[in-house]
Amino acid sequence: MKYLTDIGSYFIMLRQVFSRPTKGSVLRELILKEIDELVINSLGIVAFISFFVGGVVAIQTALNIDNPLIPAYLIGFATRQSIILEFAPTFISIIMAGKMGSFITSSIGSMRVTEQIDALEVMGINPLNYLVFPKIIALLFYPFVIGIAMFLGILGGWVAGVYGGFSSSEAFITGLQETFIPFHVVYAFIKTLVFAFILATVPSWQGYYMKGGALEVGKASTNSFVWTSVLIILTNYIITTLLLS
Amino acid sequence: MITVESLHKSFGEEHILKGISTVFDKGKTNLIIGQSGSGKTVFLKCLLGLFSPEKGRIIFEDKAIQDMSDDEKRDLREDMGMVFQGSALFDSMNIEENVMFPLRMFSKKKKDEMLERVNEVLKRVNLENVNSKFPSEISGGMQKRVAIARAIVNSPKYLFCDEPNSGLDPRTAILIDNLIQEITAEYNITTVINTHDMNSVMEIGQKIVFLQKGNLAWQGNNQEIFKTDNKDVTDFVYSSDLFKKIREIQIQED
Repeated sequence: MKYLTDIGSYFIMLRQVFSRPTKGSVLRELILKEIDELVINSLGIVAFISFFVGGVVAIQTALNIDNPLIPAYLIGFATRQSIILEFAPTFISIIMAGKMGSFITSSIGSMRVTEQIDALEVMGINPLNYLVFPKIIALLFYPFVIGIAMFLGILGGWVAGVYGGFSSSEAFITGLQETFIPFHVVYAFIKTLVFAFILATVPSWQGYYMKGGALEVGKASTNSFVWTSVLIILTNYIITTLLLS
Repeated sequence: MITVESLHKSFGEEHILKGISTVFDKGKTNLIIGQSGSGKTVFLKCLLGLFSPEKGRIIFEDKAIQDMSDDEKRDLREDMGMVFQGSALFDSMNIEENVMFPLRMFSKKKKDEMLERVNEVLKRVNLENVNSKFPSEISGGMQKRVAIARAIVNSPKYLFCDEPNSGLDPRTAILIDNLIQEITAEYNITTVINTHDMNSVMEIGQKIVFLQKGNLAWQGNNQEIFKTDNKDVTDFVYSSDLFKKIREIQIQED
């Protein structure tokens, strides 16, 4: 029963997010601030993780190829497929559920605890539009982050493969080009946009409806990570079934 | 002026407000007092529109909030200022941005006009040269003054304060009380203050509404409260030794 209530409150929140818009000039500033905090500030960690995980994928693939009949370009091919199809869009999003999601939940939760949300409401401002809508718009730039993750993941794979002595540069690049299906990139960006929406709204929902004090802010952040990760994994399965099966 | 008629509010099985009727006068500091759990905060939140009462009417001047359209309610909100117990300043904004916030949201003034108004109200609450500081960098008393400045920057018709001097030392608390009273008279606004501080009652209680277990047990002013025979009120007022002594002196003088 509690889950049904929770799901209901999430959809009620969504309806309110898109009603009674905040003044345009204020909204513009809020969107730019959110792009800086959520998108730009995530680039460093995303770049670091992508580069090294790409390298590890290439090394693991190389180490598992024992059969001389398997072509060497498979390292590049496997790296490309793993990074574009799953690692960049899905696993980076789960990492972002921890980084970005906790930030969103704790900042909105702290505003709830310190009555700042009540203050917005008393002033006649729609707090959900003011707080959540700019995050949704800012995260329309999230595919840009995932694009960078894809590029750096593959670059990391190339560096580890070539300079680690597992593959020649030519073989790796041939693998990258082998049976390339452009729709896979489209598929990755479609799910990235869905994950972006989940990343903006689920942590906001957890923060907005939290009750209690500082300890509950921490609990809400943990719940937010759990809910966001579960939803990302479920929607990943559904989108993959719909678009690739 | 705010008129409240037979206000009822419950949370589940718990009946919090049990038919409160009163009038909050314009240009006066109206105090809601009572023990913890008496329903003061719920009453204030009903007045603010944060809680919807099950029964009863809250009439602002001549129109009940229940009869207002969404646009009218929005306009009414713009006429309200609120000072929260914990100040509720936006901690990601500096003092100037905090005070300017209601103007940025609702007025069509240019930036320099808004800045002029912000400096004017900050000066009115005796705060100068703090514009670029953040709420965490100033004292609790200063935060309260910033909250008052933010509440009055849009020239509201109604000012609501939830325990405005809680957590402040007695001297600062009196300064805040006096500031609210001066502003109320100066701007001729209807001020409703939720408090359980007897010093505030003595200082600025031009109209006092005493709540007891969700009922309006007594109403009057800061002169009458010391003369009433209402047992609930006397128990509340004379719960501290200081006021007991004052009572004894009064009886001796009489």
